Amino acid sequence: MDAFLLIGGFLAAAVRVATPLMLAATGETVTERSGVINLGLEGTMLAGALAATIGATAWGPWSGVLCAILAGMLLAAVFALIAVGARADQIITGTAITLGAIGLTGTVYRQLYGAEGAGLTVPTFAPLAIPGLSQIPVLGPALFDQPAPTYLAFASLPLVWWVLFRTRLGLALRATGEAASLARAAGVRTNLIRAGSTIVGGGFAGLAGASLVLAQVGTFAERMTAGRGYVAVAIVVMGRWHPTGVALGALLFGVATALQYLFQTLGLQAPYQLFLMLPYLLTLLALAGVAGRVRAPGDLGRS
Amino acid sequence: MLELAGIHKRFGSVQALCGADFTLAQGEVHALLGENGAGKSTLMHVAYGLVRPDRGEVRLDGTARRISSPREARHLGIGMVHQHFTSVPALTVAENVALFAGWPVAPAQLRQRTRELSERLGLPLDPDQRAGRLSVALKQRLEIVKALAGDARVLLLDEPTAVLAPAEAEELLRMIRSFTTTGGSAVLITHKLDEALRAADRVTVLRHGAVTHTGSALGETATSLAEAMVGTEPGVPLVAQTRSRWPAPPLTRESIRLDALEVPRESGYGIALRHGALVVRAGEIVGVAAVEGNGQRELLRAVAGRIVPLRGKLQVVQPVGFIPEDRATEGLIPSLSLTENVVLGLGGDGPWVRRGRIVWREARSRTAELIREFDIAAPGPAVSAASLSGGNQQKLIIARELSRVPAVIVAENPTRGLDVAATAAIHGRLRSAAAAGAAVLFHSTDLDEVLLLADRVIVVSRGIISEAPLGASRTDIGAMMLSTEKDR
Amino acid sequence: MSDLRWALAAVALGLGMLAVGLEAAGYDAGAALGALWSGAFGSWDAFTSTTLVRSVPLILIGLGLAIAFRAGALNIGAEGQFYAGAIAATWIGLRVVDQPAPVAIAALLSGAALAGAAWVAIPAWLKLRFGVIEVISTLLLNFVAVALVSLMVQGPLQERGRIYPQSDPITEAARLPLLPGSRLHAGFVLALVGALILWAVFSKTLWGFRLRAVGVGPRAAEISGRIDSQRIGAMALLLSGAIAGLAGGMEVSGVSYALFQNLSPGYGFTGIAVALLAGLHPGGVLVAGILFGALEAGAGAMQRDAGVPAVAVYVVQAVVIIVALLATVPRDGQLSPRAILKRRALPPKAAD
Repeated sequence: MDAFLLIGGFLAAAVRVATPLMLAATGETVTERSGVINLGLEGTMLAGALAATIGATAWGPWSGVLCAILAGMLLAAVFALIAVGARADQIITGTAITLGAIGLTGTVYRQLYGAEGAGLTVPTFAPLAIPGLSQIPVLGPALFDQPAPTYLAFASLPLVWWVLFRTRLGLALRATGEAASLARAAGVRTNLIRAGSTIVGGGFAGLAGASLVLAQVGTFAERMTAGRGYVAVAIVVMGRWHPTGVALGALLFGVATALQYLFQTLGLQAPYQLFLMLPYLLTLLALAGVAGRVRAPGDLGRS
Repeated sequence: MLELAGIHKRFGSVQALCGADFTLAQGEVHALLGENGAGKSTLMHVAYGLVRPDRGEVRLDGTARRISSPREARHLGIGMVHQHFTSVPALTVAENVALFAGWPVAPAQLRQRTRELSERLGLPLDPDQRAGRLSVALKQRLEIVKALAGDARVLLLDEPTAVLAPAEAEELLRMIRSFTTTGGSAVLITHKLDEALRAADRVTVLRHGAVTHTGSALGETATSLAEAMVGTEPGVPLVAQTRSRWPAPPLTRESIRLDALEVPRESGYGIALRHGALVVRAGEIVGVAAVEGNGQRELLRAVAGRIVPLRGKLQVVQPVGFIPEDRATEGLIPSLSLTENVVLGLGGDGPWVRRGRIVWREARSRTAELIREFDIAAPGPAVSAASLSGGNQQKLIIARELSRVPAVIVAENPTRGLDVAATAAIHGRLRSAAAAGAAVLFHSTDLDEVLLLADRVIVVSRGIISEAPLGASRTDIGAMMLSTEKDR
Repeated sequence: MSDLRWALAAVALGLGMLAVGLEAAGYDAGAALGALWSGAFGSWDAFTSTTLVRSVPLILIGLGLAIAFRAGALNIGAEGQFYAGAIAATWIGLRVVDQPAPVAIAALLSGAALAGAAWVAIPAWLKLRFGVIEVISTLLLNFVAVALVSLMVQGPLQERGRIYPQSDPITEAARLPLLPGSRLHAGFVLALVGALILWAVFSKTLWGFRLRAVGVGPRAAEISGRIDSQRIGAMALLLSGAIAGLAGGMEVSGVSYALFQNLSPGYGFTGIAVALLAGLHPGGVLVAGILFGALEAGAGAMQRDAGVPAVAVYVVQAVVIIVALLATVPRDGQLSPRAILKRRALPPKAAD
């Protein structure tokens, strides 16, 4: 019984940690399938986190979610304007956006909440148990007794899959990412599609930031995303630009991060910095593992 | 049925079309002839909505139309098959048709619909096959299916037989004929006289953007058409012999030798050339006849040292000059200057390199010399390579490679897209290099060019090299290009 | 020089946006910008002891990134390589107790450079062997480096008293000499010399030309130039990592004399802005490095005197990067960040 509880708790933590990654990576999958790589994801998540904090403290968690999605879409729109509209290099533009977002969120945060900002309580999402499903031993609590954003993440998977592979819009989007000039020749409005997919990705990233604050950490801290946005980009590669692969990749990262809690519970001693490093190193390993056997969308990164 | 009247079009400083007229009647195959740069593609692009004319009118069934996009052209029943393939390689055949024709994507229905369409047209295709994996002939089939997916009545084909073997070309022309007997009309853009004579009902000839002749194909001969294409000027004289810088080697010297050579595909997956065996001696010009994708590219690039063979013996006398297929992405860096491109090609072998340092002044003056010697139309060595025309870019590449005084010259489609004068100039350069002792190994998708320029012809089919017997006809060689293992 | 005009426009726009943003957020933009200026240029001491000091790592990292970016290798991990160099420098600096100064300093700096190169060697190898895009791998290793520093200063490198998360100060012999009367260390001279050397390499050597060719036309460089783009790209990466590590070593040997967390206020990322603003020209990197050093110095003053969080200057950097990216393509053959970056090598694709 004890072992089950332990594993169940461990898995629940893993899913909780994986949620923001899954959301951000799903959105980025859509973006990259259209040929745009958005490294501004990190900054967008952070902006979403701050927006969620402001919205939630003012009007409650769901308003926080809404504010976060809007903030994410706005920042992604700026990115799209520069990288798609003006055809500037996507990688550097994304890095600049993240830099700017760190500066902006830091400044706004300190102005609103003071230099220390400690003890900021944000109304959060309590876990929502799905009747019946959450009773399943081990997996039940892990998958079906989670806060709302996790269910949103689960729902987004089949939705994105369906749009990408069963609709004309999805086909046009994939064609844009594979060979934009050929898609254009077939009448596809590639710039519009790329801008749209980028903004959608930004919305997801904003939501991811909201889930980080409202369903995981419970408060805001400067630079709290700590590279999750970049990890999300790596997860898209690991998942071979497919929603199911991306979900698995996010779970892998969640497991790696949750190991820290497992060790603590088991009383094993290890410097916490090792656990900080582990997820990033694991991601690198996974990238090396899938590379060479994955094929990126043909026109990814090209203006 | 389709009428283009008084079409004028200028691109920058070039007048591509001046007052061209063209009429296509229902049920006819109409050949549009002209040499490279005459304006044939541009004229049909006007009909297909890719180009907006400065002046002139397009009429369909008597009504004047403004066709401003390919989508509109397709709605009006006009379809076009381009020289380059327009299918997205990573998507399947069915997905490509759906994308192009705007069909819904539900997989089962889409598959069915695509299969039905391709079979109805007599051009069967596997809907689930990825477009990138299709053979060249099948890729073209896909292009035609896409063009006709919207019930097109007018089919415009731009140099469709350029990449096909003779037998495949025949089949294509037959398909076009059957399309017209069922009520469609087709325009065949070509620069091949015999094709126009064989396949077309009527012929229109363009020269420098204007129509020089139009009428029934019966009663025309190759000579009469050729005159209309290039005018009655005397043929462009071959370029004067280059100064003989090559020491005269014994002409029996083997410059290239292959034994049981195995070369992988450039992409790394699979073997492109098997049991490659070939000997080329100094002074020989060997032409390679092959359909794209059969291994001739790998053969040439292995000889040029750009692909590492897997096993077997390869001996090539250095230095080697290499003229790659794609001048804009492989031969030159367009944004760099002419001097820089010459420095790029010669690398550490350039006479202006001293112990790792580049003496730019010397490089510049040497480039200026090359510009003069090879008659390249450029204001000076400092302009960017992008500012040169295609023909002059190719001349620069050849000038650069020949300045090495190579013992072996490897050339891939060296006159692709060039006009008659530039083509003749380049043929002249290759001939004089061979006369002075270089071994030349070249490939052209234009079988006639191979036969014209080469002393010997080899054929590469499915990765196997075979020698065309002396006196083999065009048809014989065409058959060799398409032969499979079974036929051996 | 149209590039200069764009550079000035970029900075002006960045500062302008900062001012607007600050006013909107309720700060006094005038006071903030005033503090920024006086912190950077207000006095000779401010100039040499803060601005120029802060500019040394920026110039170095900018030079390194100029090499990498020219070859199309997008090294976004300079921050991590900086820290790797700082760790190595501290470790060596604590051990060269009995050596004369030149030996100690040389050992420290070489160790730092090697560490930086080693830190980027992992992504370089991943790229060569597995085709992993260096953008992601270098980025991820930044976070690993930061965690490593934390581990070091709370573990093996922690100061004797075991109280504070920092190392002991390094030996006197291993410290870079200072300009008398200020805190400007000899590393500044090294940065100047480095810029000069790089300028000569870029404009006059075959290797420098090949670097540029690979960045602007990798396919043509391979086919016509017989240049091994992979090798040149890898070398460029290693060099940029070594120089970033060297910058970390210099920061320890010339400024902090010890290792602690947050040693770098984001030099690795600001360095990107420096390299881009400079159009990847070594001379430009000097100027841009000093400019951003001024920004950093001013940011500190801005926080102290006007209460504006120092992190606000990131906004200026972001705007500068973007404007530099949008800079028009100049005439024939000249480099522009945009032209180079458009043609860099992309992840490998399987055959169809």
